[in-house]
Amino acid sequence: MTMTPTAPVKTAALSIEDLEVAYTVRGIPRAVLRGVSFSVAPGEAYGLVGESGCGKSTTAYAALRYLPRNGTITAGRVLVAGEDVTNMTTTELQHFRATEASMVYQDPQSAMNPSVRIGRQVVEAFTLLGQPKKQAEESALQALRKVRIASPESVMERYPFQLSGGMQQRVVIAMALACNPKLLVLDEPTTGLDATVEAEVLDLVRTLRTESDAAILMIAHNLGIIRGMCDRVGVMYAGKVVEEGPCEQVFDSPQHPYTVGLLKSLPRHGIRKSQGALATIPGILPLIGTDLPTCVYVDRCPLADELCHTVIPPVVAVGDDGLRFTRCHHPDRIPEIIDDAPYVDIEMLAPLEGREGVLELSHVSKTFRQKGSGIPALVDVELSLGEGETLGIVGESGSGKSTLAKTMLGIESADDGGDLSLHGHPLPPATSKRSSEDKRSMQMIFQNPDSALNRSWSVRRILLRSVRKLTGITGDAANDRVEKLAAHLRLTPRHLDLKPRQLSGGLKQRVAIARAFAGDPRIVVCDEPTSALDVSVQAAILNLLADLQAENKTSYVFITHDMGVVRYLADRIAVLYLGRIQEIGLTDDVFIGPHHPYTEALLSAVPSVDGETKVRIRLDGEIPSPANPPSGCVFHPRCPRVIPGVCEVTEPALVEVSPNHSMRCHIPIEELRRLQSSGISPHAEAAPLEPEPLQE
Amino acid sequence: MVRYLIKRLLLAVLTLWILATIVFVMVNLLPGNVGRQILGPFAPPSEVTKFNHAIGTDRPLISQYGHALKNLATLDFGTSYQFNKPVNDLVRPAMFRSGKLAVLALLITVPLGIVAGTIAARRRDKFADRFIVTTGLAASSTPEFVTAAIISWLFTIELRWGHVFADPPAGTSVIGQVRYLIFPAFALVIVYFGYIARMTRAGVIAAMESDYTRTAVMKGLSARKVMMKHVMRNALGPTISVVGVQVGYLFGGILGVELIFNYHGLGSVLQAAIGKHDLPVLQGAVLSIGVIYMLATLAADLLIAWLNPRVLAQVKR
Repeated sequence: MTMTPTAPVKTAALSIEDLEVAYTVRGIPRAVLRGVSFSVAPGEAYGLVGESGCGKSTTAYAALRYLPRNGTITAGRVLVAGEDVTNMTTTELQHFRATEASMVYQDPQSAMNPSVRIGRQVVEAFTLLGQPKKQAEESALQALRKVRIASPESVMERYPFQLSGGMQQRVVIAMALACNPKLLVLDEPTTGLDATVEAEVLDLVRTLRTESDAAILMIAHNLGIIRGMCDRVGVMYAGKVVEEGPCEQVFDSPQHPYTVGLLKSLPRHGIRKSQGALATIPGILPLIGTDLPTCVYVDRCPLADELCHTVIPPVVAVGDDGLRFTRCHHPDRIPEIIDDAPYVDIEMLAPLEGREGVLELSHVSKTFRQKGSGIPALVDVELSLGEGETLGIVGESGSGKSTLAKTMLGIESADDGGDLSLHGHPLPPATSKRSSEDKRSMQMIFQNPDSALNRSWSVRRILLRSVRKLTGITGDAANDRVEKLAAHLRLTPRHLDLKPRQLSGGLKQRVAIARAFAGDPRIVVCDEPTSALDVSVQAAILNLLADLQAENKTSYVFITHDMGVVRYLADRIAVLYLGRIQEIGLTDDVFIGPHHPYTEALLSAVPSVDGETKVRIRLDGEIPSPANPPSGCVFHPRCPRVIPGVCEVTEPALVEVSPNHSMRCHIPIEELRRLQSSGISPHAEAAPLEPEPLQE
Repeated sequence: MVRYLIKRLLLAVLTLWILATIVFVMVNLLPGNVGRQILGPFAPPSEVTKFNHAIGTDRPLISQYGHALKNLATLDFGTSYQFNKPVNDLVRPAMFRSGKLAVLALLITVPLGIVAGTIAARRRDKFADRFIVTTGLAASSTPEFVTAAIISWLFTIELRWGHVFADPPAGTSVIGQVRYLIFPAFALVIVYFGYIARMTRAGVIAAMESDYTRTAVMKGLSARKVMMKHVMRNALGPTISVVGVQVGYLFGGILGVELIFNYHGLGSVLQAAIGKHDLPVLQGAVLSIGVIYMLATLAADLLIAWLNPRVLAQVKR
């Protein structure tokens, strides 16, 4: 085992030195990491951020030497607690993984063996350390208690699919902490979890950090999470760390144009579409294996000049403490692009009042039948959608957001007794009974453009079919329309002849949007259209949606879990819980408050990149099963502001608390205003998690 | 679980009924006259008519169909037209013989196929993998009567290691019987080895690339433990399904192999019955195969559910 020639006084827990990794694609090694260096001290948390494809995950996996079959470390070293991971033998590597380093992954459900009980999987992590079976079982119980699982005995008996997402991730964390690792790698640990569950998991990791001195390497595309969790952050681009420093400093005063670009493309500080378009980063990340220009970011950088094109930028220290650096020739010119008026004006529609209602829902419910019993997924929904209006729909998974969208579109037929009307005429509940004109006027954009587009068709054929089906236009006229549509969505004629897989995620989503707009719809239902995209691409798509709306007066129903996005795009917001609208109102009213206690909790769970301090409202447990909703107010078992004796008895009605702002809560609005403005946290300590009852 | 079993068994009954109907329709679609087929071309027409009346083939089709269903319900398929013996006395011993051959073949193929498939998956794209996949493909694409003929010629005629007639004389010990059956079984092994190896290989590769295998590796488990405790259990589902189907197929008798090794399994009985329009034997044989087939697939599905409890949770819903 070799020691570094200049061994630091305190050995870094993780030290990555000039790491280069290549993936062999069609026989040619293609560089992914091009000299990554950083180090993490014991007890420190280091975050890596950047767009997908920048190499952050590869770096994390390389740190534990777990690369895909075609990946190889071509240069550099990875030292964990002074030991070089890159030249360990197989046995040494196994020992290293068992005792020194652990990892927590994205998608906890698939990270656990589906056919082995939780108990055996957790126990295994301890028997590996040499503990005899009895002792390992005891340790496993203790490990589950440590991640705040209240009845570990019953959890041990379950299979992974019998636990909720948040509970699964707790179990994975318990396994990762089994060996009391020196290095803990967290790879997007909360992506795909609800904001409320995400906040719980992050709280847990924060607490556990105080109990161990593991170094944490955290990968997340959500800059807010990195800011809330990490001490220092490295911004990666094209396989290099382009800027590094303490989180607050990097996010509050970025020193690299790429960091500036990332931050500017986020909808933050409560910005609304009426205030202008979001900034985007033009161009795309260089492909892996391509020859890099002098400065990796030069092709997309607004500051690039002759110097940037000819000389590799030096590592420039920022400040005197030696904690920050940027790889840029012109850090002094950064203020130009920050102050540079970022927002382009969008022509806005007149305010909401007096606008014609396009879609009206009255007393709409949807009950699913299962084994003879009814599961109410939507209960008595009253909504109206104005022309050119965006209605945001938020709530945790299981709250009925998607069911509401599907019921509007007729994919699910609403129960008898409710009425839907479009432009004043009644709309049959099922799509099959709707006229082609009605179908044309309502379209949908899906979360994942990959599965929404036929992969063996060209973009032209996809759009042509939609134009023909929706408008009845055929022949040359249809071709003309496709080309106009594409141009409108900023797709070039070259894109039209490509297949979806040849397009980037952002371009694919553009095609999906073009498809939805093929028949000049009046209403477009957008189901998390940007949640699979990088922030810079998300900004471009949001701008596009806002432009299209301003031009065509299209109405949007926008389903999302991203509060920043919904605040930017929506005119009004409906908050759903167990299929009931808990609060509905103009975006600013819903965000500024007073809010429904559920909305309050949702908002407080959002990790903010600006590091605003606020009281975190914790929600205990998980959303209950709609099959047997709680008595009274359905939110009462989790409500931090519950009034005992009232809330569990009667369900509050949806009452207008101020013009255009309605809420379903027993607490009077003035009382809510007082409680929420005083910042009184409704509770001190969160109870440990009980596993939810198994569903038969 | 019990509900699932009852549902599956009811479905099996339904399938048997459909099978019986298909056999009935097919037999009645076959050209020719039953009496003429059995009695031969030189029998006088009056005899043929008499015979047909005796066995009931001159009755209306609907009544014949009713009779066939009654046979199915009682599992007594009546008397063979050609041999004048109870069908069950003909079919059961034949099926027992086919079963012995099938079990021997499976005992060799399944472990061999699983081991080879796992090796191929672990040495993916290397020589061992290419060799196993190519050999398996070549072997399973050769018709079994060709392999059987070559094996028979090589081992029983040239090398004289076994018997040309695979039917062991009555009273032969179990070990002795294996000596008779090993070569026809070997012909079947060659055909089915490839399928099993390929299914296993695909399953193991999918499991090895899964996130939970990554978790197991990152825990620091040795490669062997990762395979035994995490990969195999999840990888074998498709293989078990394939074996389940093959059990039914093998019990039905492989005519080509039976003919070459002069083995009187179900294949030969079926062949004779078809040639003579012997509806009772045909029904008895086909439906017995049907029962075995369904039991085998049911056993395979239960085994899969036991290995992977999520499957059971899904069928419950």
